[in-house]
Amino acid sequence: MTDHGRERLDVRIDSPGREGLAGTTPANMYRPLQEAEQVTIAPDWRPMEDQPAWRNDFPIDWPQDHYVERRDFMKFMVLTSAAFTMGQLWIGVQNWYRKRTAQPPVQRIASVDEVAVGGSIGFTYPNEFEPCLLVRLTTSEFVAFGQKCTHLSCAVIPRPTEGSFHCPCHEGRFDLRTGVPTAGPPRRPLTRIVLELRGQDIFAVGVEERT
Amino acid sequence: MNARARRPFSREQRLTIIQGMLVFVLIVVVLQLWLLTATMNAWLGGDESLVWPAAAASGAGLALNVGLFLYLTRLERTRGGGG
Repeated sequence: MTDHGRERLDVRIDSPGREGLAGTTPANMYRPLQEAEQVTIAPDWRPMEDQPAWRNDFPIDWPQDHYVERRDFMKFMVLTSAAFTMGQLWIGVQNWYRKRTAQPPVQRIASVDEVAVGGSIGFTYPNEFEPCLLVRLTTSEFVAFGQKCTHLSCAVIPRPTEGSFHCPCHEGRFDLRTGVPTAGPPRRPLTRIVLELRGQDIFAVGVEERT
Repeated sequence: MNARARRPFSREQRLTIIQGMLVFVLIVVVLQLWLLTATMNAWLGGDESLVWPAAAASGAGLALNVGLFLYLTRLERTRGGGG
């Protein structure tokens, strides 16, 4: 039977009209070794007798091959989907942990006289793994930001003369006064450290993440 | 059990079905990737309101994908006449 130019062969010897030579053989006597749908089909859908010798020697069932590779790819994609969901849950756990930790401590950074106008000093806050920068903008204005670039966590460098923080890794820039990104790949502002002036001393009293 | 029940779809039909499933799964995975990056960006910026709704949406996407895959394995089991 021809269907769209390809041969459809029913290989089962017990199929109608082929019940053995005399038509009296029990059907299970000639049970085929392969089901009809498991018979090798060449890419051009022609029967194997018309195929070159090498294809007969190394037959590949292309429709089945396509099916299996799509199934395996789908399995991989389902695993990828599970990995993304695990990532979301990981953010949730980290969020729970962040909420659970206590408020950042009040920490003295420096006295006013220790920082010249246009100058900066480094400190860590709220723990030793979070480097920060205190910058004196004018005689009475101080700002402090986390030193990690919001792109890939390189250390930013203050450039008061240009009015910016500069990230040397990918040429990112942040405004010196606000910490808002002005150039390069960063999209989020620098983490702001909330400051408090007590007498002649400058204290860090909080951390402000911003979008 | 009759032959139709044992083998509901031909091989060509199964190939079409799996291609449709694959397109659906790929769309869901791309959405999940976008959701993960958007949630991470918001969370790092201090916005915590998105975290659990986004996780629930991602979990729903995963449930859809797993459901489709289980349906595919059920198709596999019915192929070839119970062999």
